[in-house]
Amino acid sequence: MATIPASAVPEYPMARASGCPFDPPPALRTLAPVSRIRLWDGSTPWLITRHADTRAILADPRVSADVRRAGYPHVSAGAAARRTRGSTFISMDDPDHARLRRMVTGTFAIRRVEALRPAIQRIVDDRIDALLAGPRPVDLVQAFALPVPSMVICDVLGVPYVDHDFFQRRARVLVSRDQTVERAIAAQDELTEYLDGIIAGKLAEPADDLLSKLAGEHVATGELSRREAALMAVLLVIAGHETTANMIALGTLALLEHPDQLAALRDTDDPALIAGAVEELLRYLTITHSGRRRVALQAIEIDGQTIHPGDGIILAGEAANRDADAFPDADRLDVHRDARAHLAFGFGVHACLGQPLARVELQIVYGTLYRRMPGLRLAAPLEEIPFKHDSNVYGVYELPVTF
Amino acid sequence: MRVIVDQSRCVASGQCVLAAGAVFDQREEDGTVLLLDASPPPELHDAVRRAAALCPARAITVGTSAGALDT
Repeated sequence: MATIPASAVPEYPMARASGCPFDPPPALRTLAPVSRIRLWDGSTPWLITRHADTRAILADPRVSADVRRAGYPHVSAGAAARRTRGSTFISMDDPDHARLRRMVTGTFAIRRVEALRPAIQRIVDDRIDALLAGPRPVDLVQAFALPVPSMVICDVLGVPYVDHDFFQRRARVLVSRDQTVERAIAAQDELTEYLDGIIAGKLAEPADDLLSKLAGEHVATGELSRREAALMAVLLVIAGHETTANMIALGTLALLEHPDQLAALRDTDDPALIAGAVEELLRYLTITHSGRRRVALQAIEIDGQTIHPGDGIILAGEAANRDADAFPDADRLDVHRDARAHLAFGFGVHACLGQPLARVELQIVYGTLYRRMPGLRLAAPLEEIPFKHDSNVYGVYELPVTF
Repeated sequence: MRVIVDQSRCVASGQCVLAAGAVFDQREEDGTVLLLDASPPPELHDAVRRAAALCPARAITVGTSAGALDT
């Protein structure tokens, strides 16, 4: 291996350019497609930025998602410390990954998620009614973007929405880039304990929800311990909140800054156009902007480089989704393009489990919000909007709007 | 066109159903792919090829009816 001093290797994650909040960091574009970067702990894993390479590596059985393996490129000290608290399928390889993931996949099948449309539409309509009747300006994050997916995932899992402050606060800590070890461990343990209690309740008194199914079909049979089920529930709660909520708020801001695109979406009732716009916003914004992370199990030759066993690999989806070889004029937001090949939900066996639910939620939100609030506009200059540069999931902390 | 699915690879992303719902469905209990039509008519070929390309688990193989694989 070439002996480049670690100080000469660029740091990752990188900073976005001021004034270009929707674009990936410019420094990402100057890197070779497969190059070394430096992480918080001084390690220098590989960074992959091309769309085709990202798909290939994420589908390659020669890489592992196991966070316990030496060389795995952790996001932060807090994330590294959390691995001692037990694993879920997101950080396991097959066959264990597939066995555990299949316990929950049925709930997110297309037909099951389609059946949730009326309930999700009702949640969205109620929140918009409240917005229209409430004060203005209003913070769209707290009043709409966060509660909508939060209520949906609570319904799906069977978690009481009244506890939302408790789990939203801990979920926010767990996706923060600069979480300390102590805060990360505390948030993880408190959420696990809380959800363990919910699962105990489902064992005694099952309802028609995912945690009851997990409890009744897998915990009661001894296939899964209560702790394993609780850890899985933690994963689902975090994933159900921090992703869709950020897509709603950041997507709305991106559309407000691209009025022609907003108009195209507002003035249609064509479900195919709305569904296409969702895919395009997922591609354009790529809110999971801290990379998919793997460790090589065997040597992999790619773009003239050799990745050795034990080397960390980070797949920068935010760069891959702006790769002009995959998406012509990739930096342009165009709700009419076919963006379905985006990697915002990852690729390979770990591709996002909740993606069908996220799609339906975003289709309903984008298809309803701007039609019912045609005068929606920012209530502060773009420069004053606080972006989540310090979070593993990109978005905005607040979105003051009026209408 | 001949379509083959590998249920052991499927991760239930639902991409195939969204791309070509007349050809693919999902098993009720865990969302695993079900093949509805192994020899879909020509008007569905583009959608089926698209489904195969979008499948994150690469669980769909598309070949000619003679058996040679082209995806």
